Amino acid sequence: MNSNLLLLAIPGMAFATFLLPLLLQRFGRVAATVAAAAVIGTCLALVLRLAPAVFAGETQVARVHWLPTYGLDLGLRMDGLGLLFSLLICGIGLLVVLYAFYYLPGSDRMGRFYSILLLFMAAMLGVVLSENLLLLLVFWEITSLSSFLLVAYSHDKYESRIGARMALAVTGGGGLALLAGILLLGHIAGSYELSVILAAGDQIRAHALYIPTLILILLGAFTKSAQFPFHFWLPNAMSAPTPVSAYLHSATMVKAGVFLLARLHPALGGTDAWFWLVSGTGAVTLVYSAATALFRHDIKGLLAYSTISHLGLITLLFGLDTPLSIVAGVFHIINHAIFKASLFMAAGVIDHECGTRDMRRVNGMFKRMPITAALAIIAAGSMAGVPLLNGFLSKEMFFAETVGHPQFEAVSWLLPLVATIAGMLAVAYSLRFVHDVFFNGEPIDLPRQPHEPPRWMRAPIELLVLLCLLVGVFPGWTVAPLLDVAAAAALQAPLPEFELALWHGFNRPLMMSLLALAGGVFIYAMRGPLFAWQEQLPPLRPRTAFERGYRLLAGAARRLVALLDNGSLQRYNALLFSFILVLGSWAFFSGPAATVRLPSQPAGEAAYLALFALLVGSMGGTLLYRKRLLAVILVGIVGLIVALIFVRLSAPDLALTQLAVETGTIILMLLVLYFLPVREAPRSSASRLTRDLLLAMFAGGGMALITLQMLAAPFATISGFYLREAVPGGGGTNVVNVILVDFRGFDTLGEITVLALVALASHALLDRLILTAPRLDSDGRPWSSEAHPLFLAMMMRPLLPLSLTISVYIFLRGHNVPGGGFVAGLITSVALVVQYLANGNVFAQRRMPRNSAGLLSLGLLLASGVGMASWLFERPFLTTAHGHVSLPLIGEFELASAMIFDLGVYVVVVTVVVTVLSGLGRLSARAHNQEAGN
Amino acid sequence: MEVLLSIAIGVLTACGVFLILRSRTFPVLLGLTLLSYAVNLFLFASGRLRIDAPPLIRAGASYADPLPQALVLTAIVIGFGMTAYLAILALRALSESGADHVDAHKGP
Repeated sequence: MNSNLLLLAIPGMAFATFLLPLLLQRFGRVAATVAAAAVIGTCLALVLRLAPAVFAGETQVARVHWLPTYGLDLGLRMDGLGLLFSLLICGIGLLVVLYAFYYLPGSDRMGRFYSILLLFMAAMLGVVLSENLLLLLVFWEITSLSSFLLVAYSHDKYESRIGARMALAVTGGGGLALLAGILLLGHIAGSYELSVILAAGDQIRAHALYIPTLILILLGAFTKSAQFPFHFWLPNAMSAPTPVSAYLHSATMVKAGVFLLARLHPALGGTDAWFWLVSGTGAVTLVYSAATALFRHDIKGLLAYSTISHLGLITLLFGLDTPLSIVAGVFHIINHAIFKASLFMAAGVIDHECGTRDMRRVNGMFKRMPITAALAIIAAGSMAGVPLLNGFLSKEMFFAETVGHPQFEAVSWLLPLVATIAGMLAVAYSLRFVHDVFFNGEPIDLPRQPHEPPRWMRAPIELLVLLCLLVGVFPGWTVAPLLDVAAAAALQAPLPEFELALWHGFNRPLMMSLLALAGGVFIYAMRGPLFAWQEQLPPLRPRTAFERGYRLLAGAARRLVALLDNGSLQRYNALLFSFILVLGSWAFFSGPAATVRLPSQPAGEAAYLALFALLVGSMGGTLLYRKRLLAVILVGIVGLIVALIFVRLSAPDLALTQLAVETGTIILMLLVLYFLPVREAPRSSASRLTRDLLLAMFAGGGMALITLQMLAAPFATISGFYLREAVPGGGGTNVVNVILVDFRGFDTLGEITVLALVALASHALLDRLILTAPRLDSDGRPWSSEAHPLFLAMMMRPLLPLSLTISVYIFLRGHNVPGGGFVAGLITSVALVVQYLANGNVFAQRRMPRNSAGLLSLGLLLASGVGMASWLFERPFLTTAHGHVSLPLIGEFELASAMIFDLGVYVVVVTVVVTVLSGLGRLSARAHNQEAGN
Repeated sequence: MEVLLSIAIGVLTACGVFLILRSRTFPVLLGLTLLSYAVNLFLFASGRLRIDAPPLIRAGASYADPLPQALVLTAIVIGFGMTAYLAILALRALSESGADHVDAHKGP
C-alpha cells in the first residue's frame, strides 16, 4: 500500500474506531478489551510498517488539502521523533489495556473507559505525527479534553471531579497560549507546515515577534508537561484510575510538552532567551519536585512529583541546547516512559491489593508479593539512576552535559551542583518508595489482605522492567537505532559523536553519580528529622489557591452575565443600540472629515410636502402608538411616502415593490392587532423614557449625519458593468431585474430560500395555535358578527381575474421594464388575500391549493433547477441563455432562461405571503368557532 | 433633496429605535417597520440621488445606480418576511404566556 495512505490511516483509523469498545461492551468486558487492543494493535502494526523507511533516514509526509485558505491541511509527518513517540503511545497503550482489564472492578463494563482511552490515543498519535501545526493544535486540544474525561472517570468522587477540572483549566489555558504562539509562528514563517518552519529558524529567531512567540509556545509546553509553576495539576490528577496515570501521566500526555520542545527546538532554540527560559524552568522544576516527592506519603503522589521532576530534567536538557543534551533529552524520554509506567502499574497493584496507598501504612510488602516487589525495586532503581538500568545511562549523559556548559563558564560549578543535588533527591525518594513499601516492618491496619496480583495483571510490568534491564545492559543492541533516528529528527542536523555504553571510564559524571547515590542514602537515613522539619513548614496549598481563584473568576463571570443577560429584551436592545452608537460615533469622528461640497438635486415643493407627510406619519405613529389602529394607518402613510420617494428618485421597481408590500404589511398588522390584548400597557418610568428618547435621538441624528456624509463623499460605483452588460449579457433592459435574476441570481436564490423558511416557520408557529377572540374592540364596541359584507364580496370576485392578469403582465414585462417576479408575486398575493378578506376563509380555502410546502419546493426547484440546467451545457451554476421568440399577436420578444428563475421567485413570494396571511386569517376563524362552540 | 432625505432617514431611525425599545410587542413591530424604511432608504441613497434616470436601458439616457436598487428590492421583501414572522411569534408568545410583553411575562 502507498506509504502516504498508511500514514494517514494511523490516526484516521484510530479516530474512526475509537467507539468500538463502547459498542461492543454489551458482549461483555472481554469483548470491549479485545476491541480496544485490536485498535491499538492495528495502529502499532501500521507504525511498524512505516518504521523501515524511517530507519533508512526518510521523512515521510502525507497531505490532504482541507482548508488551504487558512493554511490548515491534514498534513502528517513520520520521522524519527514521530516514530519514537508512536511506538511509546501504541506499545504502552497495549499494556495499559491489558492492565486496566484487571485493575478496574469487575462491575465496570469498560466500554466507556476504553473508548475515551482510544480517543486519547488517537489524538496523541495525531499530535506526534502532525506536519501542520494547526492540526497539531487540534489534536492537542483533544488530548486535553479526553484526559479530562479520563481523570474524571470515577465521576462520583469529588476528588476526581476537582482534579479533572484543574487539569483541564491548566492544560486548556496553556492550549490557548499555544494557539496564539502557533499563529504568531505561522505568521513569521509564512506557513504552518513543519517542514517550512523547521527550515526557517534563522528568520524566526531574527523576527521582532520572536520573544512573544517563544513565551506563548513555551506556556503551552510547560502547562502540558507540568513544569513549575504549572505543575500542581498533575498531583491532583492522580485521582484518575491508575491505568490512566500510567498511560497519560507518565508515558504519553505529559510528554507532549517536551515533545513540542524537541519538535520546535530547531526553529526556536539556539538563543539566550530559549536557554534561560527553558533550562531555568527545567532546573527549578527538577529540584523543587524531587524535594517535594520525598515528603509525599501517598505512593502515587510520590510518583507524580517524581514524574514532574523527571520532566523538569528533560526540559533542562532541551534548554541546555547542545547537540548531546538534545540526544540525552530524547533518550531520557524513552527511559522515563518505560520505568515510570511500570512503577505506576506497580503502585496500582499495591493499591488494588492493599486498599490504600499511604506509605505510612503500606509496609513489608516484599514478603506478601515478592515478584511484584522485585519488579518495582528494579524500576525504582532505574528511576534513581542505578547502574545496569536504563535510567542510569541517560542520567549519566545529563551529568556529563552539565559539566563545562558554555553558558556557565563563570560559575562552572553551579550546574553540576544542581544536577547532583537533584540526583541525591531522586535516590532518596526512590529509596523511600522501595524501603517504606516493601520492607520497614509490618503493614499497619490495611483494609485488605494483600497478595500477588493475577498473573496477567503483572505481565505488563514484567515486560517494561525487562526493557529497563535490556536497555540498561545492552543499549547499543536495543535502543540505539531508535534513539539515533529520533535524536536526528529533533536536532534536524547530523548527530554528534556519542557512545551508548555502561562504562566510560572513571570520569566526572560517574563521580557525580556515586555522590548522588551516597547523598541520597544519607538523606533517606535522615528522614526522621527531615519529616519533622517539613511538618512545621507553612503548608503550600496550590489546590486551595487554585480553587479560590477559580471560584472568584466563576463568580465574577456569573455577575457579569447576570448584568448583561437579565432576560429583558429591552435591556438587550438598549445595550445593542448604545454599543452601535459608540462604535458609530468613534468611526464618524475618527474618520477623515468630509470637505466635499454636497451635490444638490433640486427639491420642489412636492419634496417638502412629502417630507412633511413622512414626519407626520412617523412621529405621529410613534407618539400615538398606544392608539394602535391610528398608529397602523400613520405608519402606512410613511410606507406610501417611501414608495413616492422611490418613484421620484428613479427607482420604479422599488416603488412597485414597496406599494405591494405596504398593502401586505397593513393587512398583517390588522390581523395581529385583532388578537392583541386591548388593555393599555402601563406607562414607562421617566428614567426609562429619558434613556430611550436619548438613544433614539442620538441614533436618528447619527443616521442623518452619516447619510449626509455619504451623499457628500465622492461617488464611485461598480454598476457600470451591469449597465453595459444588461442587454448583451442578460437579455433585458430592466437592469435591476437583470441583476436580480441573472448577475446576482445566486443571492436571490438565497433570499427566496429565506422567505420559504419564513413561511415554514410561520406555519409551524401557527399550527394548533388557539387564541381567544376578543368580544369587544378597543373602544368597547362589540365586534360585528356579520363577517363579510355582500357588497364587498361581490365586488371582489370579478376583480380577481383582473388583478391576476395584471400580475402576469407585470411578471412578463419585468425583464425589460419595471416589474418581475417579486412585484408580480406580491400583487398576486394581495389579490388572493383580498379574496380571503372579502369572501371569508371558507370560500377562499376551497379554491386555493392547500399544499404550501409543495408550492415552496416547486418555486425553489424552478429557481435552482434552471440554475443547475446550465451544468448540462457545461456552464457554471445559474448561467442564463436568452434568445428572440416571436408569437402571434404579441409579436417578437426576447425570452431569457432567467424568466424561469423569476417564475420560481414568483411562486415562492406568492406562497409565502398567502401562507402567512391566510394562516393568520384561519387563526381568527378558529377563535370564532371556539367562541361559537362555547 | 439630499438634506431632506437625510432628515427623513434620521427621523425614521429615531422613531424606529424608540418604538423598538417599548415593552409591548405591537410597538416593537411598528418600530421595526419604521427602521426598515430608514435602512432601505439609506441603502438606496448609497447609489446617490438621481431624478428621471431609471435604470432601464434606452438610447442616449443616463441611469441611476441599479445595484443598490436591486439590493433594496430584496431587502423590502425580506423585511416583510421578517415582520410577518415576528408578528406570528408575538401571537404565539401571547398564547403561551397570556401577555403581549416582549419578555413573555406579565410584568410592567
